[in-house]
Amino acid sequence: MTDFTPVNLITGFLGSGKTTLLQRLLADPALGDTAVLINEFGEVGLDHHLLGRIDETTVLLPSGCLCCTIRGELATAIKDLHSKRERGLVPAFRRLVVESSGLADPFPILSTVQADPVLRHHFRLGTVVTTVDAVNGIGRAESLKQVAVADRLVLTKTDLAPDCDTLMTRLRQLNPDAPLLRAAEQSIAAGDLFDDVTRSALRALPATMDSPHGAVQAFALGFEGALDWTMFGVWLTMLLNRHGERVLRVKGILNVAGSETPVAVHGVQHLVHPPVHMAAWPDEDRRSRLVFIVDGLERAAIERSLRAFLGPPTRMAAVA
Amino acid sequence: MCALCGVLGGGGDWTDAAARPGVFTRNVDALQRRRERINRVACAQRVLGFYGLTLSDWQASSFVLSTLTGKSCLVDNLTHLWSAAEKLTGRPCDPLDPQLIDWLEGGRLEAGGD
Repeated sequence: MTDFTPVNLITGFLGSGKTTLLQRLLADPALGDTAVLINEFGEVGLDHHLLGRIDETTVLLPSGCLCCTIRGELATAIKDLHSKRERGLVPAFRRLVVESSGLADPFPILSTVQADPVLRHHFRLGTVVTTVDAVNGIGRAESLKQVAVADRLVLTKTDLAPDCDTLMTRLRQLNPDAPLLRAAEQSIAAGDLFDDVTRSALRALPATMDSPHGAVQAFALGFEGALDWTMFGVWLTMLLNRHGERVLRVKGILNVAGSETPVAVHGVQHLVHPPVHMAAWPDEDRRSRLVFIVDGLERAAIERSLRAFLGPPTRMAAVA
Repeated sequence: MCALCGVLGGGGDWTDAAARPGVFTRNVDALQRRRERINRVACAQRVLGFYGLTLSDWQASSFVLSTLTGKSCLVDNLTHLWSAAEKLTGRPCDPLDPQLIDWLEGGRLEAGGD
């Protein structure tokens, strides 16, 4: 079966330390066979020079913000790398890391990798790593979205802002299940950031939380009994069709009727990753659990709707 | 595609989930795909009835979505279904709509077509 190359995205607001983090990570021998795509917002691209590694597997996409102007260019650049790899013109990289510009909305980048008819047969989405500047925090809408979609959060410049408990609390409220690392105090290995999503999702799915953060809120739903996978698909596709822009993140493990082991689902706005059939349950708890990070949607409405779609066999339960 | 039954292996939508290592899918063999498609039509129909729409399988490769007056279109998968349903009916298909939820919960007398 084809070996799919993982594509990891490093995102984070302007000046939040993406390139510095990438520079540190590339020193890790575990990333020795990694290709890098860098996108910058500005007339002159500098980040690839700062990275200190200019070779044929480092590609700069200089024409502005990745999310709004060069989705086609991103697909073309990745396809070009793939083609060169197949022809032996570049080393056979086994991972691709995309560093987005600080202003980029991560969704179109992820969507490009998953939806492109060529790319989706050779690449798969890996983790999204978001850097957050401890000095400047989060504020702008782009920054909130980057935090919401993260699989790993990296707090940078904590040596310059030692008292960042408030910021950490805000991050935990916005994205409760993403592991939070501190770049200044911790040595961060590539595996900490790029190991596949489902492993961390399973470990870290929160027991319970409700965290109003302006219009953006995160909450977890739990329900007992095996659910009908197809009916769940009907519900989620319908929800994302109408409200995808406001579902910043949906993620969870499901007890699916007819399957002994759980299924992990993971979506960002309109995009849902291929569901992962997990090898085993993470613990004794057999309830399905779903985490939502939504902007302006009501928890009660989502919960009631899901219950109505799934019907009587599945009882919603407070997640303890 | 199977030349006899016309079943495709899935077009890459997450609800179809083409076979990949570790991916959950019910598209493993032709029989399972057929069974899943029938189940999918039945599940979607539970909701589409509210909008006066019907869904049927078409050659195991697409679905036909139709209004009560016969206006029809082809859809590839569940993700495409809802935008097509909205176009055909000219109204939003919102799973959070309290009227739809009431209807699904059993009060189906007030089914929807405004």
